[in-house]
Amino acid sequence: MANKQHWIQPHPEGIYVAPADLWIDPAKAVDHAVITHGHADHARSGHGAVSATPDTLAIMALRYGVDEEAPTSAAFAHGDGFEKGGVKFSFHPAGHVLGSSQILMEHAGERVVVTGDYKRRPDPTCAAFEVVPCDIFVTEATFGLPVFRHPPTREEIAKLIDTVEAHPDRCVLVGAYALGKAQRVIGELREMGWDKRIYLHGALMKMCDLYKARGVDLGELCAVGDTPKEDMAGHIILCPPSALNDRWSRRLPAPITAMASGWMRVRQRARQRNVELPLIISDHADWDELTQTIQDVDPSETWITHGSEDGLLRWCELNQRKGRALRLIGRVEEEGE
Amino acid sequence: MRAFAALIDRLIYTRSRNIKLQLIADYLRETPDPDRGWALAGLTDALDFPAVKSAMVRKLAMTRIDEELLRLSRQFVGDTSETVALLWEPRTSKPVVAEAADASISISAAVDQLTATTRASAPQVMEQLLDSLDVNERYALLKLALGGMRIGVSARLAKQAFANAFDVSIDDVEELWHALKPPYAELFAWAEGRAEKPDLSTTPFFRPFMLAHPLEEKIVDLAEHVAEWKWDGIRVQVAHDKDANGKAETRIYSRGGEEISRSFPEILAAFDQHAVIDGELLVRGDAQGGAERNDSAASFNALQQRLGRKTVSKKMLEEAPAFIRIYDLLALNGEDLRPLPWSKRRAKLEKFIPQLPGSHFDISQLIDAADFGALGELRDGARDSAIEGVMLKRRDSPYVSGRKTGLWYKWKRDPLVADCVMMYAQRGNGRRASFYSDYTFGCWTDDGELHPVGKAYSGFTDEELKMLDRFVRQNTTNRFGPVREVEKQLVLEVAFDSIHESKRHKSGLAMRFPRISRIRTDKPAEEADMIRTLQAMVT
Repeated sequence: MANKQHWIQPHPEGIYVAPADLWIDPAKAVDHAVITHGHADHARSGHGAVSATPDTLAIMALRYGVDEEAPTSAAFAHGDGFEKGGVKFSFHPAGHVLGSSQILMEHAGERVVVTGDYKRRPDPTCAAFEVVPCDIFVTEATFGLPVFRHPPTREEIAKLIDTVEAHPDRCVLVGAYALGKAQRVIGELREMGWDKRIYLHGALMKMCDLYKARGVDLGELCAVGDTPKEDMAGHIILCPPSALNDRWSRRLPAPITAMASGWMRVRQRARQRNVELPLIISDHADWDELTQTIQDVDPSETWITHGSEDGLLRWCELNQRKGRALRLIGRVEEEGE
Repeated sequence: MRAFAALIDRLIYTRSRNIKLQLIADYLRETPDPDRGWALAGLTDALDFPAVKSAMVRKLAMTRIDEELLRLSRQFVGDTSETVALLWEPRTSKPVVAEAADASISISAAVDQLTATTRASAPQVMEQLLDSLDVNERYALLKLALGGMRIGVSARLAKQAFANAFDVSIDDVEELWHALKPPYAELFAWAEGRAEKPDLSTTPFFRPFMLAHPLEEKIVDLAEHVAEWKWDGIRVQVAHDKDANGKAETRIYSRGGEEISRSFPEILAAFDQHAVIDGELLVRGDAQGGAERNDSAASFNALQQRLGRKTVSKKMLEEAPAFIRIYDLLALNGEDLRPLPWSKRRAKLEKFIPQLPGSHFDISQLIDAADFGALGELRDGARDSAIEGVMLKRRDSPYVSGRKTGLWYKWKRDPLVADCVMMYAQRGNGRRASFYSDYTFGCWTDDGELHPVGKAYSGFTDEELKMLDRFVRQNTTNRFGPVREVEKQLVLEVAFDSIHESKRHKSGLAMRFPRISRIRTDKPAEEADMIRTLQAMVT
């Protein structure tokens, strides 16, 4: 199926849906964008009209100051959708972060699903991934190599709790991406019974407030701000990854640096980041989830958007599945997780 | 294997030396023999299984995973052991007892199997082992089997941890270390007070080096002290002994007690006397020792290409032939000479030296100076050669390990200095992780461009570090990953021991031991030194 003839057209800057004249997660400003989720490498500012879930719109409004009530933007709950140019669009949970969706498109008797980013494991802060049968499955492949097998989340959270409890005079500083990862770590800690106050770097406050306002219970949170050092001993503190080794951390009581990311699976990666406590917690599907999902969805073609495309493509080949790498640009590999 | 896997995982992520020492010491105390001995051998890279090589492991992995996926994974991870540990899919699910601490196979059982295996049976043995372990244990096993831990633990650190664990002297541990074979049962028995100190009389064991204090402002009396040149190579010890059957063995040790025999086969071959010497390892050249003699040595740079090699090519042996300039004689014909005063040892050394081939061994000459002032003049005159300075040794000093006050002094030449401009900065490690503490600096070309001449991360106080860190943050013009480029305006006075030609830097120069000696906020960047000035200092 040649690129030009098909009604779904992958371009380096995003996926163009020709009959509807709109883009999915475009890297440039367009007239009409359908957005899978609020991470900056998928949701950019400056679009004319935006179609997304209410949560994603709220996140974009917070990040870009866009008015979510703007007449040009349209919010669709999971299961709902719209029709444009003969294409029927609908939103289905992707399990990645709050509001994240797969986009199902039906046109000319063909069903196409674009996953955006997704994971299969339970996450207390967002709706679980749904298998949506389709003909063409457009999947991410952030962890598209067999070395990436995330351990059970509870084991990783238990490591975090054990560490902070073993050092009552210190704190554990966890680097976590501001949207999704931070709230997930907090949510998982609460599920494991950690009910102490959790301190946050200022840059994480607003997004956590948004999660709370939209009904996700995160327990007691407090900005580090001017809190006296000794008050934070024995506590867990979250910050964006960039602040882990920054001057900011000098105000904390002898922090043990941790980082919550799927990349922590690889020891040298963790070492490069000066991480003392790597926590393998990811909001992306690992190798087993990626390959299982392709089998569950059982499409006739698999298109791979970003990550380790070569690995997943090779798996498709070995399993006699038609696969194709799209090589989209601008997807952040490291921090954007 | 579980406890060992947990230990190396913790060591990988720990930057603090003290915590590393404590982790290893705790492990050694808590783990039974012979597992702890094998673990210690693994940490110090003392294990070798000839039948188990990384090509074999890769081939084995291909029975479980597609070759292309393995290649892509290896490329991403950058380490064969870790790649295979991560993607190995055990054929059978783990037994239910996996929760118990002793569920996994012991290190000694694994070592026994790997030792007993042949090239033909190795894949099968390794396969069974990998199938019985979890992902972290697989990593530990593969690192143990293939060597090259690269987890930031030197042999010296492991020995120190051993000494700490059992409250024994590090000198004793150093001496016993190379005489014993893994899993070091006698060493543990002695350290725990269960046995006598093992007898070393037939082994070429390592004697901890005697070191010197910097002389600083002191003046010493040359009637009491003898002076000799401080050659700029690496300090080594060559030990030769015979076992009960008369079988001889020679070993070369570095200052840290690591055995480096394999890097210098010509020295091993040339040393056939029942003796232990302390000397400077050098390569032939004309930078040290003066051109009037035909036994001069090359600069440290030339030696560097010989260091850290497991095999040495013929070409290398011809291009950079090594020899040892002997300082001291520590044992002769089985007699320990270390308790003797230096003057007696020196007399024995002078008598002994003709028995060694002059092609590979000579004696470090004493400096003939009338008094301390005259010695100072000689020291400063040595500037044109790559000699580091002068050593002063008390004539009556026994050979004792470490730095003992009042016995030996090193009197380095005053360092060279240059005014350089800060160009780039990078964060440090550990305690300094939040500070930009590593600086690249440059000097001016004739065309008015700045070219880097070196990198330094020491020489400043904590207060100065804060000031430098602030300067970097406020004057960043560009970022390349972890590196920040800064506004070219801060002049740093850099002190260094010597400067050499080097292809590694754009300026064509490389400094030895550069450190920041002063921050010259008073000096405009345009007035920093020229590359040309530095070229004139090249030795």
